[in-house]
Amino acid sequence: MSTLDSLQRREVTHAPPVVRIRRRTAWRLIDVGELYRFRDLFRFLVIREIKVRYAQTAIGVGWAILQPLFSMLVFTVVFGRLARVDSDGVPYAIFSFVAVVPWMYFANALQDGVNSLIANANMIRKVYFPRMMMPLSAVVARLVDFAVAFSLLAVLLAYYGVVPNAGALMIPVLVVMMVTTAAGTALWLTAFAVQYRDVKHAMTFVIQILMYAAPVVYPASLVPEAYQTLYAINPMVGVIEGMRAGLLGTRDMPWQMLAIGATTSLMLATSGILYFRAKERRFADVA
Amino acid sequence: MNRSYPSHNAISVEALSKAYRLGRRDQMPDTLVAALRSAAMRPLRNLRRLRHLDTSQVTNRGEETLWALRDVSFDVRPGEVLGIVGRNGAGKSTLLKLLAQITEPTSGEAEIRGRVSSLLEVGTGFHPELTGRDNIYMNGTILGMTKREIDRKFDEIVEFSGVEKFLDTPIKRYSSGMQVRLAFSVAANLDPEILIIDEVLAVGDAEFQRRCLGKMNDVATSGRTILFVSHSMSAIRQLCSTGLLLDQGRVAARGRVDEVIEKYMSDLFAMTTRVGDERLQLTLTATIDDASGGGVWNLGSVLSIRVLVETEAPIVGPAVDLQLHSEHGRIAAAQSDRFVHSSAMQESDRWEFEFRITNTGIASGYVTIDAGFRFNCSTRYLGHWRSLAAVPIGPIPATFASGKRCPIALPCHVEIGELAA
Repeated sequence: MSTLDSLQRREVTHAPPVVRIRRRTAWRLIDVGELYRFRDLFRFLVIREIKVRYAQTAIGVGWAILQPLFSMLVFTVVFGRLARVDSDGVPYAIFSFVAVVPWMYFANALQDGVNSLIANANMIRKVYFPRMMMPLSAVVARLVDFAVAFSLLAVLLAYYGVVPNAGALMIPVLVVMMVTTAAGTALWLTAFAVQYRDVKHAMTFVIQILMYAAPVVYPASLVPEAYQTLYAINPMVGVIEGMRAGLLGTRDMPWQMLAIGATTSLMLATSGILYFRAKERRFADVA
Repeated sequence: MNRSYPSHNAISVEALSKAYRLGRRDQMPDTLVAALRSAAMRPLRNLRRLRHLDTSQVTNRGEETLWALRDVSFDVRPGEVLGIVGRNGAGKSTLLKLLAQITEPTSGEAEIRGRVSSLLEVGTGFHPELTGRDNIYMNGTILGMTKREIDRKFDEIVEFSGVEKFLDTPIKRYSSGMQVRLAFSVAANLDPEILIIDEVLAVGDAEFQRRCLGKMNDVATSGRTILFVSHSMSAIRQLCSTGLLLDQGRVAARGRVDEVIEKYMSDLFAMTTRVGDERLQLTLTATIDDASGGGVWNLGSVLSIRVLVETEAPIVGPAVDLQLHSEHGRIAAAQSDRFVHSSAMQESDRWEFEFRITNTGIASGYVTIDAGFRFNCSTRYLGHWRSLAAVPIGPIPATFASGKRCPIALPCHVEIGELAA
């Protein structure tokens, strides 16, 4: 009886949705209405991603602390103590940790995003939902790790007695830029990885190399003046240097870097969406 | 396709077609390195290949194209329960996948009016690490429910599945039967206007299957539009009012369900079937030795089932399993050559298996024959095909004991004695 009621109620309130199935054109932007209809699914995909990640590990959320902490320790010993890399006048440990936190997010989000579609190939073959939700939910789920690591960063700042300046107000913007960059890159690489199996294997390696293209273990000031603009094309450069400016006060807020980085970030995201949408039609046949 | 009247159909399908490119594996690079190499070395050929993958401009190179579905048109009225039948490879699954928006058609179009849920598998999105509760929400939203709807139906879902006590246990600790029950309970409580269902009843134990059929029957009679694919004619007959028969990607019959089933069965009784792809082909031929039986497998006569297997590359130690199902979808007999035939150690790309089965009392109007192919040393099927052929069965004498829907009848002598009061 309840089903009948709900059926009738639905009929009164709005006309039935019409789905047209036909060959679509390759170039489409996102369908906002459709994404909205599937918002609950997105939510549960994110929750699933988070729960599963921690359910399978012995120390759970501890990884979100250990991973950046150990990277920071290694960097401090190798680059800070042995190689004596300049750290703009703050302790190397805190200097690198400010960079490791966003970088780890980027690296992990990218890795998870790319793996998401391959790992869930069966879902793609059995049910329809906006495919984009798969990599995007992985990218969003990693924000939990980011938040945990960021809290640890706050503790470290207090420990070293570093007081953030007004530039710290930019942090929400930096986070948005970081997530956008990760999402755009993930969409590109995911669409690639579904078609070509070796993308997955190349990922770890490429991410490692990319780390040296961002000022994670060294300050951006080491890059020659002439190359600064070119350097800033990598959006993570602006994000990391912006964090340092706001939290450590080692430099002024790098407005120019941020502008360039934001532009690339938006371009990455837009082109990523377009490319992903163009390729997603074949996922079920290839995956 | 503009019609003169606004479409009142729940589903209208117009000249829907889907083509798959048949390429040899080595022509389709699936690693980046291979793709780059072939792009670098043979730019022209690669360009052709890229265009090749795109099935929109299918030209007359017909030999390379497999039309899984060709020019399929039909309408479904609201509230109609349509059973889709056809042999293996007839295009049933492709049709469902197109309607469920999982793949895109090569040409043609379809229009679905109403909230639609498709159920090509139970338990899609289930994760072993998550609790039963989490998985209900996950699976429910994947099937198109909103969180609020699931909240409302949660108790009903849990009750139907019978796993109340384990709701907060990760489902990896569930038995496989419990997992299936939970998955089906979510699916059974879907509340769309249009429901597209692939063969999902072939799971779970007999008791649960019976409850599922009952639940499906409720759904079918509640005014919902349903598209239902099954190899079980008894399930189709029980649930559906109309039928659609697909044959080699085209509509071969459309109309009342018993007419469609009859057409399908007469097709199936043509006792030779060839299935498979370029790597593995299987030909099954069933003959009844007793010539006087008129093509009916009578009590005491022998049915020979010859299975010819051809593989692309020579192999060692193949095995064929057969399963015979009664008209009610119950398994009546199963045989594997596994224990019979183990000395074939030489390599070959052509194998013939012959099974000779004596009818010692099968109580069913007919049996359908499934065949599975695997290696002798493994239980995983490399190919498994349902309902490759059907064989009509002769009557069994009244002296045989048989129960309702029970496919096996055994000779039984009953004596009644009047005891003195």
